[in-house]
Amino acid sequence: MIRVELPAHLRQLARCEREVQLEVDAAVTQRAVLDALEARYPALRGTIRDPVTGVRRPFVRLYACEQDLSHEPPDTPLPGAVADGTQPLLIIGAMAGG
Amino acid sequence: MSGVRVLVGTRKGAFILTSDERRQQWAVAGPHFPGWEVYHVAGSPADPDRLYAAPSGGWFGQVIQRSDDGGATWDPVGNDFAYAGEPGNHQWYDGTLRPWEFTRVWHLEPSPTDKDTVYAGVQDAALFRTTDGGASWHELPGLREHGSGPQWQPGAGGMCLHTIILDPENAERIFVAISAAGVFRTDDGGTSWEPINQGLLSDGIPSPAAEVGHCVHNLAMHPSRPQTLFMQKHWDVMRSDDSGDHWSEISGNLPSDFGFPIAVHAHEPETVYVVPITSDSHHFPPDGRLRVYRSRTGGNTWEPLTNGLPQENCYVNVLRDAMAVDTLAECGIYFGTTGGQVYASADSGDNWAPIVRDLPAVLSVQVQTLS
Repeated sequence: MIRVELPAHLRQLARCEREVQLEVDAAVTQRAVLDALEARYPALRGTIRDPVTGVRRPFVRLYACEQDLSHEPPDTPLPGAVADGTQPLLIIGAMAGG
Repeated sequence: MSGVRVLVGTRKGAFILTSDERRQQWAVAGPHFPGWEVYHVAGSPADPDRLYAAPSGGWFGQVIQRSDDGGATWDPVGNDFAYAGEPGNHQWYDGTLRPWEFTRVWHLEPSPTDKDTVYAGVQDAALFRTTDGGASWHELPGLREHGSGPQWQPGAGGMCLHTIILDPENAERIFVAISAAGVFRTDDGGTSWEPINQGLLSDGIPSPAAEVGHCVHNLAMHPSRPQTLFMQKHWDVMRSDDSGDHWSEISGNLPSDFGFPIAVHAHEPETVYVVPITSDSHHFPPDGRLRVYRSRTGGNTWEPLTNGLPQENCYVNVLRDAMAVDTLAECGIYFGTTGGQVYASADSGDNWAPIVRDLPAVLSVQVQTLS
């Protein structure tokens, strides 16, 4: 089970708790996890990545295991601790605007 | 029992203000979508319980929310605003070309006859439509693909399509306004468009015959006279009596002809309201006095309406979509400020009182008259 933590705006939109748990059948990559997240919560489509290009929105950052994964290619495997559910993938709105 | 529902979009959520027809006691509900910038909330004339809202933000983009119970509950619907085909380029502030890029929805205009049909004006400027209650949105690309598109440039708030008027007598005719391109009209339901900016004069545009480039801030129409349009331009208040083919200035004795919103009385087609703002660099009322100006003569002769409005030390702004009227027997006028106040007049503007004083900065005010 993959664990994903969402920021407040997206929790409000998806009507979910801070942490959601997702089944990911394929290799555990950013793309696979975000695909599973959007499938579970369609309201999140377009809020984390562009709905057409799939590119991460500029003010959204992805972290796990104390690493900034925001700039990793979307098909790169996520850390093993995310894949085995030990650590969550953190979706964070970038600090901006004071 | 009749009443009104005032739909307020703010920098940090939406609020719904309701009252009976006396408009003295108000219930305030919200914030809906707290933390989101809500540029617009609109109700369907075909079903007043059907509302649409356009929350957005720099972090998580655009969301569209729909209510089927008058705003008590909301559900997200489709938010994919993809331009049709290759979007092409427009001008950036420095005159260089920049590709069209969707940023946000500025204005929602529901159909008068079908609760599932809504038009959306967006930044970068384009017109979209849904016919399935917001589940999917499709661009009417003939506007963006007008030959003048590469000359369009952003106003200070971005290159936004902020005003949509559906002609009440001709379902094929739509007027839109874009900052800073100007006004466009379609007579074939949105397939083809023509710029209608003759008579507009703007500093920085030397030619009075310029087809586009004018920073139109807002348009208003009385439904009984769809050939007459009123305009608040960046500077200048204007009117047209031939569906936008020609414009003439009606600023008259206004203390400043800069401003954002413009509205028409519900029962008097020649009674018009504006809120003069000092200048394009001083976005607050002249002399720190918040005054709505009313013309009962279709322009040129204006009177200040001050009773109940702050007449000293007031330095708020009133944005382009933040003034509206109800259609009760005694017409009500409403506007919201960047200071978070929503003011109402239940007597055509003679007397004003705040409904609320401390909301986040108000971006839009729409009014539903309920029967």
